[in-house]
Amino acid sequence: MSSKTLYDKLWEAHHVAKKDDGSSLIYIDRHLIHEVTSPQAFDGLRERSIKPWRIDSIIATPDHNVPTENRSDGVKGINDPISKLQVVTLEKNVREYDLEYFNLNDSRQGIVHVIGPEQGLTLPGMTVVCGDSHTSTHGAFGALAMGIGTSEVEHVLATQCLISNKQKNMRINVKGNLPERVSAKDVTMFIIGKIGTAGGTGYNIEYAGDTIESLSMEGRMTLCNMAIEAGARSGMVAPDETTFSYIENKPFCPSGEIFKKAKEYWKSLKSDDDALFDIEHDYSASEILPQVTWGTSPEMVTSINEKIPNPLEFKNAENYQDALIYMGLKSGMKLTDIFLDQVFIGSCTNSRIEDLRIAAEILKGNKISKRIKRALVVPGSGLVKKQAEEEGLDEIFIDAGFSWRDAGCSMCLGMNPDQLGQEDRCASTSNRNFEGRQGYKGRTHLVSPAMAAAAAIEGKFVDVREVK
Amino acid sequence: MKQISNEFSGTYVCLDKSNVDTDQIIPKQFLKSIKKTGFGENLFDAWRYLDEGTLEKKSSKRIVNDKFILNNKIFLDSSILVARENFGCGSSREHAVWALKDFGIKTVIAESFADIFYNNCFKNGLLAIILDADIIEGIFKNFDINEANSLEVDLINQKIYLKNKYVNFKIDDYKKNCLLEGLDEIGSSLKLSNQIKLFERNYKKKNPWLFK
Ligand code: SF4
Repeated sequence: MSSKTLYDKLWEAHHVAKKDDGSSLIYIDRHLIHEVTSPQAFDGLRERSIKPWRIDSIIATPDHNVPTENRSDGVKGINDPISKLQVVTLEKNVREYDLEYFNLNDSRQGIVHVIGPEQGLTLPGMTVVCGDSHTSTHGAFGALAMGIGTSEVEHVLATQCLISNKQKNMRINVKGNLPERVSAKDVTMFIIGKIGTAGGTGYNIEYAGDTIESLSMEGRMTLCNMAIEAGARSGMVAPDETTFSYIENKPFCPSGEIFKKAKEYWKSLKSDDDALFDIEHDYSASEILPQVTWGTSPEMVTSINEKIPNPLEFKNAENYQDALIYMGLKSGMKLTDIFLDQVFIGSCTNSRIEDLRIAAEILKGNKISKRIKRALVVPGSGLVKKQAEEEGLDEIFIDAGFSWRDAGCSMCLGMNPDQLGQEDRCASTSNRNFEGRQGYKGRTHLVSPAMAAAAAIEGKFVDVREVK
Repeated sequence: MKQISNEFSGTYVCLDKSNVDTDQIIPKQFLKSIKKTGFGENLFDAWRYLDEGTLEKKSSKRIVNDKFILNNKIFLDSSILVARENFGCGSSREHAVWALKDFGIKTVIAESFADIFYNNCFKNGLLAIILDADIIEGIFKNFDINEANSLEVDLINQKIYLKNKYVNFKIDDYKKNCLLEGLDEIGSSLKLSNQIKLFERNYKKKNPWLFK
């Protein structure tokens, strides 16, 4: 028997059939649904007069469009009529097909990629899909998790399978100790800076090495979340004791004897020692410093102690030049000379309890700079919010001058009212610094929660390792 | 004799950018629709117009960015878009493909595509063609912004003709058939229902914790 990678094993375990044309049908265990990419898929089902294949695999929640304030009115409280229609349409579909649903006023509501793991809906060895590219997040549990388009959402609803072609295997090894206050966010951004936003296209990325093993589940989720920003549809970390103790006792996780049995299987989910990867990259954790993006693509990133590079150093010099113009920056400028207007702590990358704790630790006893027009903290789920309030984190944020919000995607993509004004410059813990993503002509710099908190205090980027 | 499937041929327009992300192809404020049509007016919205686009604003009332290539009258009817590498990166929004189609684009040619976007194209009858960087460079060099020129795309034989020269392109058979036969994927997968059920039964025995 030949040696296999973790990805090979998951692929084989879910392989239903090879179609005549060479593509494969892959069985799907978990299907997460939100309001933006599902309405047209449900319409498709109705046109065919068919029902979802396996209702118990589906979980739905609204997250992209929802307001993060004044939520007591539920759907009625959504002011934008078109956003409201999307959420109402989701609710209608959920009722029609009798799907598990966390509504706006359910404390379990939140960003799909936060609530799946939080509820034990994401388990090792699963295949997980969602009409959202950051589904890669769930790979943190040793699951094969892929973002899909709306046609594929419809296909999975109808057949419980995804048509797929096998990807190549990439392993990224990170070894050693990370410098103080350097987090999984910095690791994942550093990697994108090295391999580029198309570096992982056509690959599944497995993250390995003792640095990765020592990350918490929150950290691993942050890491895998941005695999898609490196071009990989899926990223994963092999499950281990950290994984098992995280999921045990979660509401949807099996318990007792079944848990024990499952755990035995989950332990086999790792790449064989002599498994061959099509490509491997090795990095040393000690070289990873706090990262800040300065352009309009996640690969336009450098360490905080560096200067904005010269576009001519890059293959796509013109694109890099355009990015600097859009961002209102010049090459040669120090990152620590970039002043900010807004700060956003949230998104499926960094809105979990650990992210809020580290940001609060830095903010404690401090006030945000007078320069900062607005600073938002948007917990990833109602339960993260509750947990943070129990720990008193909300008071630290509010005392510092942050606005404490309800769960949702919020300013990560600004489909709701939380948006940047024109040319507003924002330190953001989200995952995409694309033009206009956080608001028309808004300027986004991606950073870790610790760096965002430090930047909020100073009104500009600082090296969080130097903040007392 | 060359046999041309004209459906994918037409006037081409070059967009000299790498990493064109789906947020640029169709900005988020337009994703609120629950339909698949009507996105074309807002294709590349922030590049095509100088004012901020909202769902309510009619395109006739917008301030057009004359410098943006798709606004050049010569290329208004283009059906082929040529760009650089990593086209369609970012979000999984199929709305990006719906917007390109709605605008009239039938073929996108680039050095490389992001995976999800590439898949989404073929599910909607849009042909995505990957060509080597030097060939793309050649197309850009030949591109005349004062004159509409066409590319003939022969999907059956996987060739693109440009001024009597041709290049071959690769595409997997499955995707090719999707376009040529307008394949109903769900219908064809459902034909394998029995196989899926059999798999499911065995799978459930092995992984009982994954079922309610
Ligand atoms: S938080 Fe941002 S990246 Fe994550 S699912 Fe929501 S919109 Fe997408």
